[in-house]
Amino acid sequence: MQWYWLAEYLPKFISGVYVTLQLLGLSIFFGMLLAIPIGLVQVTGPRWLAIPARMFCTVIRGTPLLIQLYLLYYGLGTLFPLIPEIRETFLWPLLRDAFPYAVLAFSLSVAGYEGEVMRGAFKGVPKGELEAARAFGMSRFTVLRRIWLPRAIQNVLPTLAGEFVLTLKSTPLAGVITIFDVYGVGSMVRQETYRIYEPLLLIAGIYILLTGVIVLLFRWLEGRVPRPV
Amino acid sequence: MKKLFNTLALCAASLSMTPAMAEIRLGIDSAPYPPFYEADSSGNVSGWEIEIGDAVCAAMNEECEWVGVAWDGIIPALMAKKIDAIFGSMSITEERMKTISFSDKYYNTPAAIVAPKSMDIDGSPESVKGKIIGVQVSTTHQNYVETTYQDMADAVKTYQNFDQHNQDLVAGRVDAVVGDSLAFGAFLGSPEGADFEIKAALNNVEIFGLGVGAGVRKEDTELQEKFNAAIKQIREDGTFDEISSKYFDFDIYGD
Repeated sequence: MQWYWLAEYLPKFISGVYVTLQLLGLSIFFGMLLAIPIGLVQVTGPRWLAIPARMFCTVIRGTPLLIQLYLLYYGLGTLFPLIPEIRETFLWPLLRDAFPYAVLAFSLSVAGYEGEVMRGAFKGVPKGELEAARAFGMSRFTVLRRIWLPRAIQNVLPTLAGEFVLTLKSTPLAGVITIFDVYGVGSMVRQETYRIYEPLLLIAGIYILLTGVIVLLFRWLEGRVPRPV
Repeated sequence: MKKLFNTLALCAASLSMTPAMAEIRLGIDSAPYPPFYEADSSGNVSGWEIEIGDAVCAAMNEECEWVGVAWDGIIPALMAKKIDAIFGSMSITEERMKTISFSDKYYNTPAAIVAPKSMDIDGSPESVKGKIIGVQVSTTHQNYVETTYQDMADAVKTYQNFDQHNQDLVAGRVDAVVGDSLAFGAFLGSPEGADFEIKAALNNVEIFGLGVGAGVRKEDTELQEKFNAAIKQIREDGTFDEISSKYFDFDIYGD
């Protein structure tokens, strides 16, 4: 075991962790924004929304994330030479950078998996509670906001924690579209110093730490949510 | 009893002889690197380096097998004895020699920077100011980009393989790419590469090393010497030039 390289690469590891966390945080945020309606329409209907939602979940969950990343980034990239004018537009800095594609791909992935989780969560809230809320004179939207959504999320917090840990550990896949995350830094150390196992062990340790943070965060959240008696 | 002992001794002797007949597994990048090596749809490999490797094996009187390995795992694969030698355009460098040994070089081509014809880049660090540069990860080219261009360039993007950065060059996501001048030949000759050209050859012995040799484990000095002898032999008997003339119109061996 030789760790002489650690001091030199430490700043890069820190910025790598930052990239990983940014990707994870943004993907979870946008992913859940999508997942909640995707889960909801599959329970409430209407059918013309429920069917595409179901299809979306099937396609996202049924194809490897690696291929989704590749198609989104390189697939769209092949279109740019066909429309040279696109390079003059204000969108170009965004289309050119790899990070927005990574956030898009990971958000869609989170939406696909968590949409399915949320479908189960909405379904799992007892009908009686919703009927009672209606009987109190709450509008449909108020029922959703004050009863249905909080109760659904309360039930699936432990599941979501596990899902987000899985998302964290799929973030290194973004390396194929040039995202330089903490895993990429480790690969760079391997390539430049030819130390193979020490950087891998360090990266493994970093992911365990990040997982620990997610788990603790959700413990704390679960603790704050009052349990039904 | 004595007969049984004899039989056992014979078995032991024949067992200990098998390793000498084992074939040598030559490692190449699992991604294609034309014209050096590429695999067709049925998995057969072909290319200049494959032919040279087969000629070297013939000169060594060994059976050789080609094994595709992900490039950034190719040195670990060698150390873990998944392959016996790297014969896939790996440059001989000081840094790599801390971990593995190399045979004598069997070719040497300069690195190059490729950019759109309309772009004003001459290969100097000043000329890439504000540009985005693409390079394949785990290559000497990446080392060069990091030491020479990183501070001046707007950003450096690292790719898993050679085709990907060319694709992003065409898409306009990178302004210039750094790689092997020869490997760019196929790309620049294709319709997609028509608007691009080699801007400059890049030289730095410290980074690009002494050319390309076969990488072997440090303890395999015998294999290393066999490679040296075989490379010398095919250089002298004309096999090397005969194969090379099919692929290149200049001396790929370098000086």
